[in-house]
Amino acid sequence: METFDVDHVAWLSRLELTQEEKELFGKQLKQILDHAEVIKSVDTSGISPTYHPIPLKNVMREDVILSSLSQEEALSNAPQREGGAFVVPRIM
Amino acid sequence: MKYETIIGLEIHVELKTASKMFCGCDASFGGEPNSKTCPVCLGLPGVLPVLNRKAVELATRFALALNCQIAPYSIFHRKNYFYPDMPKNYQISQYDLPLGVGGHLNLEMDDYVTRIGITRVHLEEDTGKSIHVGGSGRIHGADYSLEDFNRAGVPLMEIVTDPDLRSPEEAREFMQELKGILEYLEVSDCKMEEGSLRCDANISLRPVGSEDLGVKTEVKNMNSFRSLYRALAYEENRQRELLENGGQVVQETRHWDEDSGVTSPMRTKEYAYDYRYFPEPDLVPLELDKDFVEKMRGTIPELPAAKRKRLITDLGLPIYDARTLTSSKAMVDFFDRGIKAGADPKKLSNWMLGELSAYLNANGLDIGDIRTTPEQLAEMIHLIDKGTISGKMAKDIFEEMLNTGRGAKEIVEEKGLLQISDEEELERIVEGVIQSHPNSVEDFMKGKEKALGFLVGQVMKETEGRANPTLVNQLLRKKLQAGKD
Amino acid sequence: MELCDLTAWQGMDMVSRGEAKVSEILESVLKRIDQVEEKVRSFITLTPDLALRETKRLDEKVGKSEELGRTGGIPLAVKDVLCTKGVRTTCASRILENYIPVYDATVIDKLKREDMVMVGKTNMDEFAMGSSTENSSFGPTSNPWDLTTVPGGSSGGSAAAVAAGEAMWSLGSDTGGSIRQPASFCGVVGMKPTYGLVSRYGLVAFASSLDQVGPITKDVRDCALLMSILAGHDPLDSTSLPGEPPDYLSSLREDIRGLKLGVPEELWGEGLAPGVRACVESALRLLEELGAMVEFTSLPSLKYALSAYYIIAPAEASSNLARYDGVRYGYRSEESEDVMEMYSRTRARGFGQEVKRRIMLGTYALSAGYYEAYYGQAQKIRTLIVRDFQSAFQRFDLLVSPTSPTTAFKLGEKVDDPLSMYLSDVCTIPVNLAGIPAISIPCGLDQGMPVGIQFIGKALDEATVLRAAYSLERALDRRFLPPLIAEAGES
Ligand SMILES: [Mg+2]
Ligand SMILES: [Zn+2]
Repeated sequence: METFDVDHVAWLSRLELTQEEKELFGKQLKQILDHAEVIKSVDTSGISPTYHPIPLKNVMREDVILSSLSQEEALSNAPQREGGAFVVPRIM
Repeated sequence: MKYETIIGLEIHVELKTASKMFCGCDASFGGEPNSKTCPVCLGLPGVLPVLNRKAVELATRFALALNCQIAPYSIFHRKNYFYPDMPKNYQISQYDLPLGVGGHLNLEMDDYVTRIGITRVHLEEDTGKSIHVGGSGRIHGADYSLEDFNRAGVPLMEIVTDPDLRSPEEAREFMQELKGILEYLEVSDCKMEEGSLRCDANISLRPVGSEDLGVKTEVKNMNSFRSLYRALAYEENRQRELLENGGQVVQETRHWDEDSGVTSPMRTKEYAYDYRYFPEPDLVPLELDKDFVEKMRGTIPELPAAKRKRLITDLGLPIYDARTLTSSKAMVDFFDRGIKAGADPKKLSNWMLGELSAYLNANGLDIGDIRTTPEQLAEMIHLIDKGTISGKMAKDIFEEMLNTGRGAKEIVEEKGLLQISDEEELERIVEGVIQSHPNSVEDFMKGKEKALGFLVGQVMKETEGRANPTLVNQLLRKKLQAGKD
Repeated sequence: MELCDLTAWQGMDMVSRGEAKVSEILESVLKRIDQVEEKVRSFITLTPDLALRETKRLDEKVGKSEELGRTGGIPLAVKDVLCTKGVRTTCASRILENYIPVYDATVIDKLKREDMVMVGKTNMDEFAMGSSTENSSFGPTSNPWDLTTVPGGSSGGSAAAVAAGEAMWSLGSDTGGSIRQPASFCGVVGMKPTYGLVSRYGLVAFASSLDQVGPITKDVRDCALLMSILAGHDPLDSTSLPGEPPDYLSSLREDIRGLKLGVPEELWGEGLAPGVRACVESALRLLEELGAMVEFTSLPSLKYALSAYYIIAPAEASSNLARYDGVRYGYRSEESEDVMEMYSRTRARGFGQEVKRRIMLGTYALSAGYYEAYYGQAQKIRTLIVRDFQSAFQRFDLLVSPTSPTTAFKLGEKVDDPLSMYLSDVCTIPVNLAGIPAISIPCGLDQGMPVGIQFIGKALDEATVLRAAYSLERALDRRFLPPLIAEAGES
């Protein structure tokens, strides 16, 4: 199978892994992917993918305003808040 | 070497729905931070999206107006990337199967018409808003940021053009025309200052005659049509100078800074974008059938280009007037109603492009904000035509109308502003003026035409401007002539 | 036998005959919790005060001869993956350790309208990822049949609670077998409904195209009753099926004469423990005696199901779990330089090993250059699996298999070997990929540990699935009570 770039995948996943985790996951994920290798051998030409197990379509709601949460409820689980907003560390 | 500029636009438009894209929260602008949010648009654990029908209708109407094919089968994807203004850390957006594809818009420039291809029109959701605290309020150097999710989940339509625009002028004109269409269709408010119309641009240069596209840059943060033009003109120049000096354009995203008037590379920590798109499992496909599409087609009103043509050929307006009037739906709707109320097209246009526009500009207002109706303006023009009021008086009356919302007749009657057209009364006043200005009379007698103007002015002064100037002129000339003979 | 060892419907019967009060049934359950919870550890959060308040209200209702809602106030446990307004909902994760939802899941809302008495939120594998309930940041649950073994997972707490009488029925969620496999390990009944039959609104998502909420009960009748309450269209869930579901209780007939049952060879192969095989074989013979026709068959693409599942489920999970970032709720790692560092630290410390492993796997399967080979291909294989089931159901009314190839394994036995852990779901996973319904009911014991048999039906044919399970259950005519209960009774 292809090389598994643990650092890159961890970055995309936003996971700050320890060195041990990187080694362990690298090994285990390779094992799992090797096992999954079998699916590549299946001939699926002309087969369309199944994204949904049930054939529904055009499910829509009417454009009606429903009640929102109060600001207090919206922020009730916030780790840090200020002036009705969620606080995050600097972005850049 | 001669270079040709290639520009493609990526435009985001907030749709004019009452509620958000996937939940029932109020989609209107403003409000206390996080007061228009619910579990769905906050991305709380366990929530699911349900698509707003109106958003689909508006996007379909718009895509049809731009001659797009409506996809018989379209789906939503998840666009995965981490950013604090995006509650789920993925954006629900249409990707490889968008709602509309393959449209075009004929762009009428001053002396030519060019066809701009529309690559795609698709639906997605807006993000929340970050407010940066410390470090002068900019993202760079801020101490921390505040997240408000009132805008998160507002329906967005993304429009991508083919790289068919050839100059910053065309890009600006295209946006102007697009804004008009969006307004005519009542698809969006198009308020750039509230972020309901936004535009990014891809720009590259290539040697004239070359078929291949050059290396492009993506320019962001243009907050008005003017800044779009300035940014693209700057970037066009920058790239040309680079190429002419043997340099190379680097493919990158550049940030337009309005104050300094330059673009600069955007700093980003993401070393490689990888959005990991995959079909949104919480939403089912859209299969819009012929009936739906035809129904939407039936809701498309006359668009700016057709309207312009009608104003020029049927109503005889100059191209300039037609263009300006049709640049905003509210403006042309006002005009249409004025015509319906019987106003002369050119006179109505003059008043709208002159006094009315000046008033709006001076007060920072939109035509939708004023209380004066088109019917009231038509009535005022009618009063001028009848000679009830003079054009000069009308200017003051119109201002009073705009300030109070009252009708011309009412103001004229109340203030006794009716023009004095009564010959006997005027004769009396003219007589008096002649007697008290013997020098001027003498000048006139000696052939100085200018003296007549002075005497007219004196009559107007006496009557506080209410005398019918044409009549005064006639009377004065008659009387003085009689004296001469 | 204590009140808490009755089935839910038996409890309701006693209440309606005036032989027991709703609060007495709750007291019996709370007493059992006192006796065994220390050993079994089924719950993350207990809500006795809430439950007592409710039963008081319901007793008053009974006193006024008012009819009770369809749950009859019979104590219910809820997997901690379902949002309960005002009651902590953790998904067994450190990242949601103190998270209090501001809304109820649709199924919770439905149950509340039917006079639900909730005794607590049950333990599970973190974010429903696992097959043993060992991946919980609150520690593992034990199997009441043998405290040194796992209860299965991920709904292990819900299955263990019902088996031990700490709740008389419960809710679980099933993405690859997470209701049926623990039901099988704990000797109780568990059903995964047709995808879209039960609302997912308020079910914290693991893999959106596979997740379903379902009942875990002591018998098939209770299962049918709970199904009747849970099923039905929800406008808050775009993948919810339209229409009124049938009353599943009326499908409980002891009659399977002429029913054609197919046994997929692919679910009967290597890794199947001899004792499990023997139990299921004897159940199959019993089904034949009852008049069903049993025949081996082949669904060739099922052999790819496990591999496809371990691409699709982590891929969807990697995206579903992106929202746990320390901004709006949940754990946040403090003192980060910037927001990206805060994300990476919060998630690294907030998530457990298995969750991190699957996020990595899913991110990889969706990433540029690998999407087609993994995610795209897995979804195409899913189409082949759906087709195999469709053609099998042209010949058979139901498919039958063991629920899991083995009985409950030892605590700690597989935690360091994810692949062997994944294999314990080999019989249940194909059902989720196809979105069809299946039930697991106990059919015997292997060395003192329960064995489950799985009935698989075509989409929306829960009625036939329930009928076959009910008929077998009646024919077996035995209750599966763990030895722990007898001990509790003595103390
Ligand atoms: Mg976009
Ligand atoms: Zn909302």
